[in-house]
Amino acid sequence: MKRILTTRNGAAGLTLALGAAVTLTFIMAAIFAPWIAPCSPFEQDLYNGLAGPGPGHWLGQDRLGRDILSRIIYGSRISLTVGFVTVGISVTVGALVGTTAGYLGGKVDEVIMRVCDIFLAFPGILLAIAVMAVLGPSFTNVVVALSIMGWTGFARLARGQTLSLREREFVTAAVAMGAPPARIILRHIIPNLAAPLTVEATFAVAAAVVGEAGLSFLGLGAQPPTPSWGAMLAEGRQFILVAPSLTVWPGLAIMLTVLGINFLGDSLRDRLDPKSDRKP
Amino acid sequence: MRAYIIRRLITTIPVALGVVTLVFFIIHLTPGDPAQIMLGETAAAADISQLRANLGLDKPIPVQYLSFIKGVLTFDLGASIYTRKSVAESIFEVYPATISLALCSMALAITLAIPLGALAAYRKDTAIDRGAMLASLLGVSTPTFCAGPLLILVFAANLGWLPASGREGLASLALPSITLGMAMAAILSRLTRSTLIEALGEDYITAARARGASGFTVLFKHALSNALLPVVTVAGLQLGGLLAGTVITETIFAWPGLGRLTVEAINARDYPLAQGCVLTISLSYLLVNILVDMLYAAIDPRIRYQ
Repeated sequence: MKRILTTRNGAAGLTLALGAAVTLTFIMAAIFAPWIAPCSPFEQDLYNGLAGPGPGHWLGQDRLGRDILSRIIYGSRISLTVGFVTVGISVTVGALVGTTAGYLGGKVDEVIMRVCDIFLAFPGILLAIAVMAVLGPSFTNVVVALSIMGWTGFARLARGQTLSLREREFVTAAVAMGAPPARIILRHIIPNLAAPLTVEATFAVAAAVVGEAGLSFLGLGAQPPTPSWGAMLAEGRQFILVAPSLTVWPGLAIMLTVLGINFLGDSLRDRLDPKSDRKP
Repeated sequence: MRAYIIRRLITTIPVALGVVTLVFFIIHLTPGDPAQIMLGETAAAADISQLRANLGLDKPIPVQYLSFIKGVLTFDLGASIYTRKSVAESIFEVYPATISLALCSMALAITLAIPLGALAAYRKDTAIDRGAMLASLLGVSTPTFCAGPLLILVFAANLGWLPASGREGLASLALPSITLGMAMAAILSRLTRSTLIEALGEDYITAARARGASGFTVLFKHALSNALLPVVTVAGLQLGGLLAGTVITETIFAWPGLGRLTVEAINARDYPLAQGCVLTISLSYLLVNILVDMLYAAIDPRIRYQ
């Protein structure tokens, strides 16, 4: 045990195993929610509103008597779907835009990077909040708002990597053979970006889960009665004195999911980028 | 240094113009009529057209855009549609609360992060390092909307030591500052650790050790002073984010700052106020970023000669 805690490889292995286990647990919960949730997340029992843990309701019941555990299990569907779809869109757009800027250089690069700077001038989830305020709350709009915010990080990363990749011999060889820029970007540069993009994407999933929960917490994300962790937390806050479990359990679900994904990202970075030495 | 500042300011102008344009078009790309959305489904047609005229929405888009730019340059961002108070005045009223929360959170974050990161770097790959980094990863993974309610539950509801919300006296600063400070300390301590580990491997550290300098002197006098440059940059950028308002934390603790005003304006569909808040937040964030860049260039001459 001591060896696992103190040696670098042991600790990295433990972190990877923990991260993968926690993340997989939540993914499985999201996929198999109808089979593992004890009740329907929408089933109300008004006589038992705010009831504590008991038989059939292990984590208690919310204001409308709905089962908290079932809503947390179904809530993982919203959080993880938003996380993965948002990151899928952000990686695709960011990688294409970033590699194009890096490969073509010149004015194209200058314009694309200034557009990135404009999007990066909005701190935190402010841009997503503004977009949601205009588009109105819905699942699709949450994904759109978070993707608008998320692509810039991938574009900057892809551009930086492309600047060094385009000087490599295999790219020079492809150019000499007459390959057009689109083919060089898609067939030669993007496959070489897989490792850094995967690491960044892992952290971005965690950020998107937090972003979705944050928007729902502010009432701009998933709308009632859809079970969403952020919305559950916001509702629980009103009853924090009489029923703290309404706040504690969804909060713990968000923390564990984000922690698990961050553990996974940290381990992947250690393995895929040996120079990183666990940078923050 | 002057040439660097001028160059940096010139590159900021198109970005600032882009931010203003984006904020303008966010409202104008709204599906449907913004005046109808602000007044609701049941509003009378006369009221809607009156509001459209008041907000200038009945003019062509290029005219509206130029008038918006002129308004930004003269700090005339219109008036709230509900309170009728000028948007600039509403923002200036709440800004002191945001500044006090930002400074307090940053002071707490630095006090926690630098010793923790230094200790982890000095005891690299030991249980102390793992423990410190686990604690910081927990901090990074705990969003403010999870930490905030939990802190209220423990310190306000159960122990009754601190007020849960509002801005009355110094005690009310504690919980929101801890919520924000913990999250920032987590990021800064990880950065301090990694930059210190890199610095501890440099030749000048070996030279200092060879001259018989103690471990404490090597760590704090030689390594930390060089390793702190990136930490100063990130802390500055984080302070920029805080000064720009922390939307969620201010909402949780009913802290009367710029972030809360933004959410209130958005929820009330008070678009002129919301537009003014979003614009102020992003432009002040941009301004603090420039100041941090200048500070960094002042500290490290290599930057300004690049």
